[in-house]
Amino acid sequence: MDQHLRELYQDIILDHSRHPRHFGPLAGANHVAEGHNPLCGDKVKIYLMVDANGRIADVSFEGKGCAISVASASLMAEMLKGRSIKEAEQLMGGFLHLVKGEDARTLGEDDRERLEVMAGVSAFPMRVKCATLAWHAMKAALEGERIARTE
Amino acid sequence: MNVELHMQGQAPYDVASLRRDFPILAREVHGRPLVYLDNAASAQKPSHVLEIMTAFMISEYANVHRGVHFLSGAATERYENARVRVQRFLSAAHSDEIVFTRGGTEAINLVSYSYLAPLIQRGDEIVLSVMEHHSNIVPWHFLRERQGAVLKWVEVSDLGELDPSDVADAITSKTKLVAITHMSNVLGTKTALRDIVRLAHAKGVPVLADGCQGAVHGIVDVQDLDVDFYALTGHKLYGPTGIGALYAKRAHLKTMRPFQGGGEMIREVTKANVTYADAPMRFEAGTPPIVEAVGLAAALDYLDGVGRERAAAHELALARLAAKRLKEMNGVRIIGEAADKGPIISFEAIGIHAHDLATILDREGVAVRGGHHCAQPLMERFGVAGTARASFALYNTREEVDALIAAVGEARRVFC
Repeated sequence: MDQHLRELYQDIILDHSRHPRHFGPLAGANHVAEGHNPLCGDKVKIYLMVDANGRIADVSFEGKGCAISVASASLMAEMLKGRSIKEAEQLMGGFLHLVKGEDARTLGEDDRERLEVMAGVSAFPMRVKCATLAWHAMKAALEGERIARTE
Repeated sequence: MNVELHMQGQAPYDVASLRRDFPILAREVHGRPLVYLDNAASAQKPSHVLEIMTAFMISEYANVHRGVHFLSGAATERYENARVRVQRFLSAAHSDEIVFTRGGTEAINLVSYSYLAPLIQRGDEIVLSVMEHHSNIVPWHFLRERQGAVLKWVEVSDLGELDPSDVADAITSKTKLVAITHMSNVLGTKTALRDIVRLAHAKGVPVLADGCQGAVHGIVDVQDLDVDFYALTGHKLYGPTGIGALYAKRAHLKTMRPFQGGGEMIREVTKANVTYADAPMRFEAGTPPIVEAVGLAAALDYLDGVGRERAAAHELALARLAAKRLKEMNGVRIIGEAADKGPIISFEAIGIHAHDLATILDREGVAVRGGHHCAQPLMERFGVAGTARASFALYNTREEVDALIAAVGEARRVFC
C-alpha cells in the first residue's frame, strides 16, 4: 500500500468509521439538517442542540457513508460540543483548508492536532466532498436550512 | 469506406495486438500500469476513430444539409453515410429510422417528449423494470409529474433476472409503453427482449429498449427483435462522446411531434406558420454532431472489424473468471448472477464502502466504478447503498483480472 493511502486510512479514521461517536438521533435538538452527496448517494443528518447562550450543548449525527465521511462526522461531533456557533464556524473554516491541503493556521493548536488525521484526504481530490459533507450539513443546520448545499 | 482493421475468422483472438490500437492503455496511473475496468461508464477510443475524425476535419469538414458548395456536399455525404452505418449495425430496415442524438439519454427523452407525452392521459401507465438506469426512469417520471402517468415497476429476482411474463402481467389496458433495458448497466443481466416485445405486442403495447450496454456486447437486430424503439450511445461503443442514436420504426416516427425547434428540422417557416421536415431530420434541430457521427461510424467499423461476437465472447470469459475469483474471496458478494449476462460485475466487499474500495483499487492502477451507478431503485432492491463495478471491454486481459483480484485483496487487508 502506498504512503498516501496509509495516511488516508489511518487506524484512527477506521476506528471512527467502525465505531462512530455521537451516532443516532438527538432528543431535544433544535437545529437539524441533512447533507446529500448525489455522486455516491451518501446521506448524513446532523442534530444540534444550541442553548440560550448560543453554545452547542449537544450534537449527534446519523446516516450512511464511506469511511471518510463517517469518520469526519464522528470527529466533528466530538469536537463541536461546548463551542459557540462562531467557534464552530471557525473550526469548519480551518477544517476545509486542511482537507484541501491549504494553510490551516487559523485552527488552534489542539484542534489542528486532532483534525490532522483528516489531512490525508488532501491527496485525494475526488474524496474531499466525502470529508466535508457532515460539516456542510452542520453549517446548514446552524443557518436554519434543512438541506446542505455542498460547496 | 468500410475499413477492415482486423480480420475476422479462424485466427486466435490477439488481445495484445488489439491493445496497441488504444494508445491510452499504455499509460500508468499512480505509477502502476492502467487497468481500465470502467468500460460500462465509457470505453476508450482506438486510434482509428481519432484518425478518421481528425482527417475528416482536416480535409472534408463543413456544415451539413445547407450549402451547395463542395465541402458541404462532402460533409453531408459522410454524415448520411454514418446514418447508414448505424442502420447496418442495428440491422434496421431503413436508414431514415435512425435519428442521431447527443447520446442514449437524449434518445430516450426524445421518445418521451415526441412520442409518448401526446398520448398520455392521467392514469395511463408506463411499465419499466427496477434495474433501469436513471436515463430510462427520469424521462417517464416527467410524464408522471406533468401529466399524471403511473409508473409500474417490474421486480427482478435475487439473481437479477427479469421474467418476461412479469412484464406481460404488469401490462393493462392503460399501458402505453414498456421501457426496458437490453442489458443492465449494474448487474450485467441480459433481458429476454424478443420475448418481452412479443408479449407486449400481443397486448398492443410498444416497447422501448435501452441499448446503451446491450449494443456493445453482441449482435443487435432490431427487426428480429421487432422492438419499436432502441436507444444507443456512441462513447460506450469505442466512439466519441456527444453522439448517440435512436432507432424507431417508421410508423412511429411518422406520428411523432418535433423535439427541439431550429434549423434543419423544418420544411418551411413563415411569419404565420411552420411546417416540418420528415424523419429523421424533423428530430435533428440545429447543427448536429457531424464529426462525432463520422467518429461513431469509424468506431462501428472498428468493432465489426474485431468481430462483435468474438469480442463479446472474450469479454464474457474474463468477466466469468473475475466473478469466480471474487466469489472465492472471503467477505465479497457478487450482486447479479443471472444465467444470461454481459461482462459487467457488481460486487460488494463486506464492511468496505464502494467509494473506499474504488479509491484503494485506483491507487493500484485499477479503475472501477463505485456508487449507485445511476440506478438507485436497483440499489434499494438489493439493500445496498452502492456497489463496486468492474466492466470489461474487448481490450481487457486475464492479467488485468489478476490485478483486480490482488487490489481487492489489498483493500480487505486495509479494512478487515
